[in-house]
Amino acid sequence: MKPNPHTVKDELLSALPKKSARKRAEQIVVNERRPDGSVPEIKANVRTTPGAITQRGCTYAGCKGVVIGPTRDILSITHGPIGCGFYSWLTRRNQTRPEGPEDANYIPYCLSTDMQDEQIVFGGEKKLRAAIEEAYELFHPKAIAIFSTCPVGLIGDDVHAVARDMKEKLGINVFGFSCEGYKGVSQSAGHHIANNQLFKHVVGTNETPRPEKFKINLLGEYNIGGDAFVIEDLFERCGITLVSTFSGNSTYDAFANSHMADLNAVMCHRSINYVAEMMEKKFGIPWIKVNFVGAEGTAKSLRHIAQYFNDAELSERVEKVISDEMTDVLKTQFAVRARCEGKTAMLFVGGSRAHHYQTLFAEMGMKTVAAGYEFGHRDDYEGRRVLPTVKVDADSRNIEELHVTPDDTRYLPRRGPDELVQLEAAGLDVAGYQGMMPEMEEGALVIDDLYHFEMERLLDIYKPDIFCAGVKEKYAVQKAGIPCKQLHSYDYGGPYAGFRGAINFYNEIDRMVNTRIWQYVQAPWETEEELEVEEIAS
Amino acid sequence: MRKVAIYGKGGIGKSTTTQNTVAALAEMGKKVMVVGCDPKADSTRLLLGGLAQKTVLDTLREEGEDVALEDIRLRGFGNTYCTESGGPEPGVGCAGRGIITSINLLEQLGAYHENENLDYVFYDVLGDVVCGGFAMPIREGKAQEIYIVCSGEMMAMYAANNICKGIVKFANAGGVRLGGLICNSRKVDNEREMIVELAAQLGTQMIHFVPRDNDVQRAEINRKTVIDWKSDAPQADEYRKLARAIDANQKFVIPKPLTMDTLEHLLMDYGLAA
Repeated sequence: MKPNPHTVKDELLSALPKKSARKRAEQIVVNERRPDGSVPEIKANVRTTPGAITQRGCTYAGCKGVVIGPTRDILSITHGPIGCGFYSWLTRRNQTRPEGPEDANYIPYCLSTDMQDEQIVFGGEKKLRAAIEEAYELFHPKAIAIFSTCPVGLIGDDVHAVARDMKEKLGINVFGFSCEGYKGVSQSAGHHIANNQLFKHVVGTNETPRPEKFKINLLGEYNIGGDAFVIEDLFERCGITLVSTFSGNSTYDAFANSHMADLNAVMCHRSINYVAEMMEKKFGIPWIKVNFVGAEGTAKSLRHIAQYFNDAELSERVEKVISDEMTDVLKTQFAVRARCEGKTAMLFVGGSRAHHYQTLFAEMGMKTVAAGYEFGHRDDYEGRRVLPTVKVDADSRNIEELHVTPDDTRYLPRRGPDELVQLEAAGLDVAGYQGMMPEMEEGALVIDDLYHFEMERLLDIYKPDIFCAGVKEKYAVQKAGIPCKQLHSYDYGGPYAGFRGAINFYNEIDRMVNTRIWQYVQAPWETEEELEVEEIAS
Repeated sequence: MRKVAIYGKGGIGKSTTTQNTVAALAEMGKKVMVVGCDPKADSTRLLLGGLAQKTVLDTLREEGEDVALEDIRLRGFGNTYCTESGGPEPGVGCAGRGIITSINLLEQLGAYHENENLDYVFYDVLGDVVCGGFAMPIREGKAQEIYIVCSGEMMAMYAANNICKGIVKFANAGGVRLGGLICNSRKVDNEREMIVELAAQLGTQMIHFVPRDNDVQRAEINRKTVIDWKSDAPQADEYRKLARAIDANQKFVIPKPLTMDTLEHLLMDYGLAA
């Protein structure tokens, strides 16, 4: 029998104290799709209830791990005790492909200042300087990025002053991030900080002109499991020039030169929309939301890019690529549908992934019964139309908001106001994102920042056929006898983007939901008698 | 061994009062160690006759982990032991963490061990309780009794009241108690009465009223305590009285901090009455 989502919501809230439950209730929403296209309001990007086990990561993780980390030739130095550096080393499986054997790739390295008691007491700036010099001597990178961990903010080391000095001394670009882990309610704050610094220190610093006709940047694609390689190949076959990707398989020079593109295509809206907006304001480059997860989304995204450039030849090439690819896609879709149709999925991950991957499940005939983001904001759930009503609280105010104005010499609107109106009329949603909820079914549960307790209850009540989350949840889910697909790291799989990725995903999920292994999972305490331990009074 | 911490507003005379009191205790035959908990490392200057002391943290930095007690503990006036925590320059690093590190090291090195036969250890702590590190001496039973140096000036009383809040916080966990207020006179109107009343309202006592005397300043110029510099000066006797009062003290309380309103009323009643 299908569970009643309203009853489920009440049950999830029942474990919390009254005041916490009242607040939490606003983050658990039963989806409705109203005739005017709107969806119910959800509370997001707020503090986790103390005591709850959250899926969330920290600001440092969002800045270093997500946004900057995937760039192969920016040398990243973590300023702090060793743990933060070590545990953010290669964990997201971001792949990269240097052009030649001589080209730099620092992704396999992990550099940290390894702060000790002495630096906490006397300040760590000296050791940071020494670390930068040492790193420079070893690698001679084009750029060095410094990431602040919690204690750096507490003792007040001025990483930006050190960066300025070292930039002057070494003659390369050195910039710091005040991305102390405690700065925001989730890793989302770190994305924003990363965006700000990239924009201030890197974007627009390389004026090499690009002669190509259809130049775009791909924003918010992190090349997990090789996703970017698949997308790059599609662009190439379509004749679209990718100036830069933020930041999967990316380079420093490409970031610096990215203002030469004529369109920004945004994948992960949450982590990178700030750069898209700032580039629009400063350089006049419009942005559109794309989604290269799912065959349908990929086709639609390619068509939207072609539509923006309004070129018959480009459109023709795009259609050719789509039809070439779709044959195989449909063949696999047909095969897996026979086994997967009607099965259910839950996705609690990221700030875009919980949305994007629903389309892949839908293509397999599977239903998403519950979903939510770890660090999304209201606009990621309800669409950007709610932006004017999003409450900016003290936690968000803690993060710097750059005031960007059109560049004196380089601001060049790529499309005039009339052209933009025409594009909108033709169905291209410029600078728009509709969010996850309008695409979800009526009655589906939408839960922001899922707590572990709630996850266990959901697994028990709904018994979904698959649960998508991260490594922190994976083994708890599997102990409940339900397969778990990690959508941060893709476990050991991927790529899942584009058409070829979709086929990989169909096969992988088919294998996971149709294996019989889970029915053999039985914990010893389910079959054996419980041992009673008597307390012996002393 | 009695473990005493001296707190109070910055510039109120904590270090001077502590060292003069310690000199008096030493004169009485007590074995005392002074631990300076101020990054400026000037808590033992009068006992040592100068600032020549190498601080615990400097030593730790230079010698690595291989530090001996003798490296960081010097003999001062009357065979007192003197150590300075030290710490970073102003505006850098974390002085509070430095104090934690330094006190832990002293413990590990056995500075407080019973075969040292100490009667007293005095912690002279920087200014107000500004962060966790500066509260270190009153946490985890590192200090058992607190004396707050204050005067009849508003901000000094305000700071004293704030420090009492800190004591309340740690009183249950660490067992720390307030031993009394030491009034280091600034010649404010009705000062003695006002501090007696403040002490009463906090639930404690004014353990001694130290009058203002320029001999303190003269002794300091000579890098000495008054007792050391001019043993028969009337001010030397004041510190002897304070030392005897502390030595005989039996009244240790968990203070009851005042509200801002009550504190202001107290000032008006005594300050304007003159």
